[in-house]
Amino acid sequence: MTAAVPFSSVHKEETGIPGFDFIADGGLPHGRTALVSGTAGSGKTIFATQFLAEGIRRLNQAGVFITFEEQPEDIRRNMRSFGWDIQRWEDEGAWMFVDASPEPSHEMTIVGDYDFGGLLARIEHAVRSVGGSRVALDSIGAVFSQFAGASRIRHELFRIASALRDMGVTTILTAERREEYGAIAVNGVEEFVADNVIILRNSLEDEKRRRTIEILKFRGTTHHKGEYPFTVIPTDGIVVIPLSAIELKQRSGDIRVTSGNSDLDRMCGGGLFRDSIILVSGATGTGKTLLSTHFVDGGAAAAEKCLLFAFEESREQLGRNAIGWGMDFDAMEQEGKLRVVCEYPEAAGLEDHLVHIKHQIENFAPNRIAVDSISALERISTVRGFREFVLALTSFIKHKEITGLFTSTTPTLTGGTSVTEAHISSITDTIVLLRYVELFGEMRRGLTVLKMRGSTHEKDIRELRIDNRGMHIGAPFRNVAGILSGNPVQVAALEMERLDKLFPMDGA
Amino acid sequence: MKRFVLKLYVAGRTPRTERAISAMQAICEKDLASVYDLAVIDVLERPQLAEDEKILATPTVVKELPPPLRRVVGDLSDRERVLVGLDLVRTVSVEQKRNR
Repeated sequence: MTAAVPFSSVHKEETGIPGFDFIADGGLPHGRTALVSGTAGSGKTIFATQFLAEGIRRLNQAGVFITFEEQPEDIRRNMRSFGWDIQRWEDEGAWMFVDASPEPSHEMTIVGDYDFGGLLARIEHAVRSVGGSRVALDSIGAVFSQFAGASRIRHELFRIASALRDMGVTTILTAERREEYGAIAVNGVEEFVADNVIILRNSLEDEKRRRTIEILKFRGTTHHKGEYPFTVIPTDGIVVIPLSAIELKQRSGDIRVTSGNSDLDRMCGGGLFRDSIILVSGATGTGKTLLSTHFVDGGAAAAEKCLLFAFEESREQLGRNAIGWGMDFDAMEQEGKLRVVCEYPEAAGLEDHLVHIKHQIENFAPNRIAVDSISALERISTVRGFREFVLALTSFIKHKEITGLFTSTTPTLTGGTSVTEAHISSITDTIVLLRYVELFGEMRRGLTVLKMRGSTHEKDIRELRIDNRGMHIGAPFRNVAGILSGNPVQVAALEMERLDKLFPMDGA
Repeated sequence: MKRFVLKLYVAGRTPRTERAISAMQAICEKDLASVYDLAVIDVLERPQLAEDEKILATPTVVKELPPPLRRVVGDLSDRERVLVGLDLVRTVSVEQKRNR
């Protein structure tokens, strides 16, 4: 008895494009042609080049690039910025161009019947000479404008695709499309390479550019469905961010770590869980940055490494704040316990920030990270893009068993929630609310642990004081109601007692 | 007297190839007054030459001399259009007048 043939018998060719192989369930179908379709500027040429480049760099597989539009010299120059030294690969015999770009000096007339035998012979010759396993044709639209008769061209391209399959090479063919949501490709290109279709989009949402990649179909094999955001990083090329592909299968341990504040640890039932995400929500000035400073300090004191991403304040400001609260960032940095990364949210797109944060985490290998504030990043993105960002980030840091603390600024001074929270609160494990409480004409601060997954926690709203040694959590506001709704009301002490007797507290 | 240098790129010996070769030979014999140099190049045998000349479609005839450089793609089934496409019309008529 032989084991049942697995559902997918199509062998996948790992592309090496970060994130893509994940959504493609392993890579492109081996020995087939995949159509990569996209509007102008959607990243088709980069995708095609990267497919060959990663083949050479990771697997020592030679590649052939057939260019129909740009001159090889332009591609060599444009792609050098991604660190792809095509010239060197050509010299080493790992890369070969077939230049099918239009030559202005070639004045051409068509008289009678023809085929693309010349092109096919050149492609076969190139694949044979370098021993190529990967082929890219970019971009096919130019052929249609050079020659007449779309159906004849389609037929000839089909012949080329068949020949490439017979050679056993994995091929990417790029084609233009006019609309982000419309026909797959112009000139009906999809009619002859209908088996595997990938779409690159570069759509405009709320005045923000959003790049996504979608695998429309892989015949005879599986892939993840839907659009996944991607970004183009100057040093890496295309990086796909596999969001909803991330499964919530992270192990959750019961190891507790300190929040950096012993009172808060006590409220949380003995500390924060090591692989949990903590959201700290509060209006401006309620102590969010202070709490993240404590978080950093507590980690450093416990010999943990901490990475702090600041999107609102500079390194100097943060250091000065910390000194004011009796904590020393400089010393932590010198001991290698802390790295502070300050960035301006608008300096990059959200996907770029994500990739950058991941790079920093990989590079520094921290035990805990703090992001102050995550809501600052909301303004550079769409609501959906932001949610995807938080999901991807939390999933990544949980996977690494890192404790994460995010702060979020609420728009109103008292009470209220921000859009940020509405979208990310379900992703976070612990929520700490910091709120202003107006009492007797005085603004005081309150803190409460709203939720904590996997543990009991104190439900009181306690008073918070800030002095030159940081944050101190005091007694609960016993005779005030309506703090969270933003309308604190004094409740007579008698009433409180009566209520206490009405609902006897267990264990207290 | 002007000398014509023509190259005909074909892919294998197919009926289309044969049609193009005989059409081109006929044009050379009749219109170029025997002062021509026609080379038939099979891209399957010499792919590097196709690469150097950036040949996509076959058959393709390239008129290298005299200038201007011209190309005609196809089985060359229409003689008049081939002559126009290769810019041979004016040359031919001048030659023919001189011969008269």
